[in-house]
Amino acid sequence: MNKNNILLYSGILIFGIAAPFLFPAFKVQLSILCVLIVLATTWNIQGGEMGYNSFGNILFYGLGMYLCASVQVGMFFPLAEWTESGGEKTFVHTPAQFFQGMAVGLIVAAVVPTIVAGLIGYSILGLRGHYFAICTLGLGVAAGEISGGIEIIGAGQGFTTPPFPDVGSLESRGEFFYFLSFFVLILTFIAVRGIYTTRFKLILNAIRDNEDKAEAMGIQTMKYKIVGWMISAFFCGLAGGIMGGLVGYIDSTDVAFDGREMGVFMVLMAILGGKGTLWGPIIGATVFHIFKEGFWTFFLGWQYVALGVLIVVIVIYFPEGIMGWLREKYPERFGEVVDEKDRKAQVELK
Amino acid sequence: MDFMVFQYPMISVQACLDGILLGILFALIAYGMALQWGVMNIINIAQGDLVILGGYIAYFMYLYGIHPAWGVIVSPIIMFFVGIAIYKLVINKVVDRDLFISILATFGISILFMQLMNFAFGADVVLANSDYGTTMLFNSNVVLPNSKIFSAFISILFAICLVIYMKKSKLGRAIRATAQNARAAKILGVDTEKVYAATFGINAALCGVAGALISITFTIHPYMGLPYTIRSFMIVIIAGLGNLPGVAMSGMGLGVFEEFADYILGTEFRIGSVFLLLVLILVYRRFKLSRKREYLK
Repeated sequence: MNKNNILLYSGILIFGIAAPFLFPAFKVQLSILCVLIVLATTWNIQGGEMGYNSFGNILFYGLGMYLCASVQVGMFFPLAEWTESGGEKTFVHTPAQFFQGMAVGLIVAAVVPTIVAGLIGYSILGLRGHYFAICTLGLGVAAGEISGGIEIIGAGQGFTTPPFPDVGSLESRGEFFYFLSFFVLILTFIAVRGIYTTRFKLILNAIRDNEDKAEAMGIQTMKYKIVGWMISAFFCGLAGGIMGGLVGYIDSTDVAFDGREMGVFMVLMAILGGKGTLWGPIIGATVFHIFKEGFWTFFLGWQYVALGVLIVVIVIYFPEGIMGWLREKYPERFGEVVDEKDRKAQVELK
Repeated sequence: MDFMVFQYPMISVQACLDGILLGILFALIAYGMALQWGVMNIINIAQGDLVILGGYIAYFMYLYGIHPAWGVIVSPIIMFFVGIAIYKLVINKVVDRDLFISILATFGISILFMQLMNFAFGADVVLANSDYGTTMLFNSNVVLPNSKIFSAFISILFAICLVIYMKKSKLGRAIRATAQNARAAKILGVDTEKVYAATFGINAALCGVAGALISITFTIHPYMGLPYTIRSFMIVIIAGLGNLPGVAMSGMGLGVFEEFADYILGTEFRIGSVFLLLVLILVYRRFKLSRKREYLK
């Protein structure tokens, strides 16, 4: 790590800590941004680095959301009665109960999706290419449809997460969720950055480039694929748990297993920023979130139309993303040695 | 869980017949998907939304006092041009790219169509009433709406016409040649660009027919597209590309499965069971293929 990097990281850290006080009106948006970055970065582990383009990470996100909220409620009150009472506040969490429940809930929300990913990984990750993409798409939708039929977590009418307790000022809810999501973001970044410096990342890249050859070289590809997916699932579950508390209301197909929104967003953000890079998904998520919020506010009602057009445009015209474009423009910055003669010859050819 | 369907045999007969008639419709949509998959190597997530759009054309004819059965003729003609427009705008840029790119691009089209239909036609569940009455079978224990029989008959008719067209006509031969080897076809003077556009148009027209029939027999809703895509994808991977009897058989099988799932698990799990079945089939296929690979070792 050189001097520039330390400056950059500490700058971002200071900005991150100061952000909720600088822009108090945007606290919820900033927390959502953190969650989006976490989702895009972890999608990139198996989507970008491993080459397994999944539409199904929404499964872990939704699972984490439901688990966190159910644990938080179920630790202190009967879950069935809670969901039956709907939005009415029959039971009230004390602050201690709320934070205790949230902590345990988040742990469960991270661990269980990881286990689920490990269990289904062996059968699902054997699929290649588009079969994998469609299969995971099916998984996400099936999870949404099935959870919409289960009574104890609210079925079709939704599930209200515990309301934030009365501590400190009115601002404390936003600050709590912001710092929670920012903490998870830092955790994710450190973990992913650590992973990207190891041999593990090289193996994932080998799987992406040519899985059969990687296997022939003696790499147990299945093991690494499952571990890669489990890492994704871990952070997706965490992000889902936080998002559930932040939104305050869980619906099976519109909030939790929302393949039409969040499930596509994570793919889109990673592609927009540049697949297979560390900073790509982060930049992509930030740009996407700013664009989305601007558009959602000014063209209310047309957002899905815009989303559809955006997907088509990004996929057709920017499949390499922002980082890919930068890399082509300034290859020296990315540590690539460019032969000037060769470059000139290429320009002449064009 | 409800096992009434096994206690009363007549309900099973009802479910089987319903399923078969429904499955024939699925097979028609799946045929379109197999066509474009085989020729252009594209998996079209927007397939189901094209079906729903075709259904709304028939529904609008019904609203304006024309019998919705005429939608079977009007809707494919309109949908053919919609399909060609989609091809010219989007698909021709992703044809020879990575498959995931085409999946994502058609996913975008699917979201776009869903929302535009929601704006244009509203979010209500609608159906076009055909007034065909019902047929009673087995001492009026089994009730079959005539519209379902009509739709199955029309689907078979269209499928047969298309098969003959593919075999006999010049365009059909060009399409089959492109499916076998696009480069060789190009060298031998086939305008593959035109063939691709025509294929996508024919697929959209098939979706139009199926949609019109669905609006007569069942209900349509702007967000109901994705299940139809998944069903047709599932039918194609069970049957394999270019296996028409297989497509018909697995379509009917899927229809029967769905009817039974509806009776046993309840209607709220119907779509969920379809998606779960997809996952199970893909996983089964993966283990079968991996066993084959080990055999080769």
